[in-house]
Amino acid sequence: MESLLNRYRNITVLLLVIMAQLVLLAVSEKNDQDVRFIRIWTVTAVTPVARIIEGLRGGGTGFLHNYILLHDTHQENLRLRAELDRMKMENVFLKNELNTADRAKALQVFQQHTQSKTVAATIIATGAGSNSKVVFVDRGSTSGVQRGMAVVTPDGIVGKVIAAYPTASQVLLITDPDFAAGVVTEKAQVHGTLKGQGTPQCKVDYIPFEEKVEPGEWVYTSGDDRVFPRGFKVGIVKSVRPGQPFKEILVEPSGLQRGLVEDVLILIEGVHQPIPDAPSGMQPVYMTPPLPGNESQPADAAVPATLGTEADRLRTQYKALGEEQKHTYGDNPPGTKPVDFTKLGSPSGATGQAPAPAPGKGAVSPPGAPSASPSKNVPAGPSPAPNRGAVPPPGTPKVTPSTEPSTSPSKSLPAGPQTTPNRGAVPPPATPKVTPPSTPPASSPKTVPVPLPATPKNSPSPSGAPAKNPSDATRRSNQSAGGPPGGQPR
Amino acid sequence: MSYSGERILLSSQREGQVSRFRTWVFLAVPLVAILFQVYVPMFFPFLGFLEMPLLVVVYFAIMRRNQISGLTIGALVGLAQDSLSKNPLGMFGIVKTLVGYFAASVGVRLDVEHVLIRLLLGFFFYVFHQFLYWVMARALLGQQMVFDWERTAVLAILNAVVGVALFHVLDKLREPA
Repeated sequence: MESLLNRYRNITVLLLVIMAQLVLLAVSEKNDQDVRFIRIWTVTAVTPVARIIEGLRGGGTGFLHNYILLHDTHQENLRLRAELDRMKMENVFLKNELNTADRAKALQVFQQHTQSKTVAATIIATGAGSNSKVVFVDRGSTSGVQRGMAVVTPDGIVGKVIAAYPTASQVLLITDPDFAAGVVTEKAQVHGTLKGQGTPQCKVDYIPFEEKVEPGEWVYTSGDDRVFPRGFKVGIVKSVRPGQPFKEILVEPSGLQRGLVEDVLILIEGVHQPIPDAPSGMQPVYMTPPLPGNESQPADAAVPATLGTEADRLRTQYKALGEEQKHTYGDNPPGTKPVDFTKLGSPSGATGQAPAPAPGKGAVSPPGAPSASPSKNVPAGPSPAPNRGAVPPPGTPKVTPSTEPSTSPSKSLPAGPQTTPNRGAVPPPATPKVTPPSTPPASSPKTVPVPLPATPKNSPSPSGAPAKNPSDATRRSNQSAGGPPGGQPR
Repeated sequence: MSYSGERILLSSQREGQVSRFRTWVFLAVPLVAILFQVYVPMFFPFLGFLEMPLLVVVYFAIMRRNQISGLTIGALVGLAQDSLSKNPLGMFGIVKTLVGYFAASVGVRLDVEHVLIRLLLGFFFYVFHQFLYWVMARALLGQQMVFDWERTAVLAILNAVVGVALFHVLDKLREPA
């Protein structure tokens, strides 16, 4: 028996092992439960080693990537820097393209909306010389460009053509020391001459010290120079300093505020434009209705409801007094009985005092005054501005109550016939900024809006040309601006 | 490593030399083989075809020239492999037990240090292992598995080639005679 076992020992062990595993397999399969400790032993034996190997692998990989393989980092850094530079250049290029497209669109819109006939041009070169502000544009005489034409952008004027060649033109920029143009301020409508200084800012000359010009105010072309039509933007007043006899005013040109532009418009046929209204701080004012049966205003019965100012009321009173005494103002030959102004103090009068006499047509002359013949006071030419105290003709619209009457005497009621040089450059029209006053019903509470002028403050002359006899300032301005002396048309 | 000339068959068991290994080799090598089986294909899926525990069982069985040692190693490695798989315990254990037993039996008669013998043994026992597993899966577990002979043959060749290299490495771990 013993020899038999020794002889078949190997196969016996094999069968036993196989049988044991078969039993193990059968049990686990039948009960659907493993002999769990075998798996636990195996997993416990394997997983720590696997964890160590995984740690070594992760650490080795990290070490490899972070330290060993860093020899490519420098090259990669250089490559990324080069790529970044290329991207920056591409970004700048695309931004320039976008800006160019925006400018072209703005130029097109401006070209469509302006009344002047224009031709678009591109600045292709700058002039030689460090101090000269001259550029060349790609439009010349073959495109209709002539010497003396204005060059503008939607932001403002840029310069004027000083030489026209067949295929290009030379433009003198607004900042060149030789540049000059007639300008007018936005609020007070004060005329002056814009001059370049070779710096980014220009100065406005020939504005008397008593005129009111404020920083931040827009300056427009006045049309005096016969180069730039009236109403084009010039720039914003940056500083105003008093001086004798003229103010020292610096203006930042709006056409060049973003540097030298690329696309401009050349005005082939300029058309004067109205100067935009200055933003007004006037607000509607609520006025309560008058007290019923108020006897303190006896003049109300004689004063039409349309009157709005003290001057209107006085004028109506004088007119009623003259009609009552059968006196026609301005037509009082010798021997005519003067108006008895003592009756003005009657209950129908408003002030009880005669107004101060003032020269001028239509001025009310006191009886017995030496200048009893008002017709002699009538100037030969059109009066540049109505004088203070003058009675406007009945058909003349009434003066709008101004919010700044005392600060700008030269605007509506100049003190006398004296005119400043710049004021004489463009004669203001016979009817200054006027607006019929509103006549709200007096029976109910009302809000009286102070109306903005519906018309331009200074409407340009229909022809766009200045007066026939321009003043010295006009001639000086035109000469400095490159226009023909004496204001003669080209 | 010495080869026995051109003879691949031994005339008697005395001609065969029993290789001896240190104890830690019997523990570490199967463990590494199992770790390789469960760990390496996670990062290198194309190495999933390698049946490293089988090759280790075959190597130790043929080199020990002892059937009990061979079936014991096969049973332990198979059970460990079962423990790390979804199969019920005993499937790989029975298969590798038989592989170890027959490998040790063949190793007594053959010159197992010959490269060609090792290549043939690797090929044969891989096919035997896969076929026996397929039979057991169908017979004992009732699984309807398909035995792909062509694929099995190709994988057997690859495992045999790898086995030759592996056996050459494991020969370094033998104790000198």
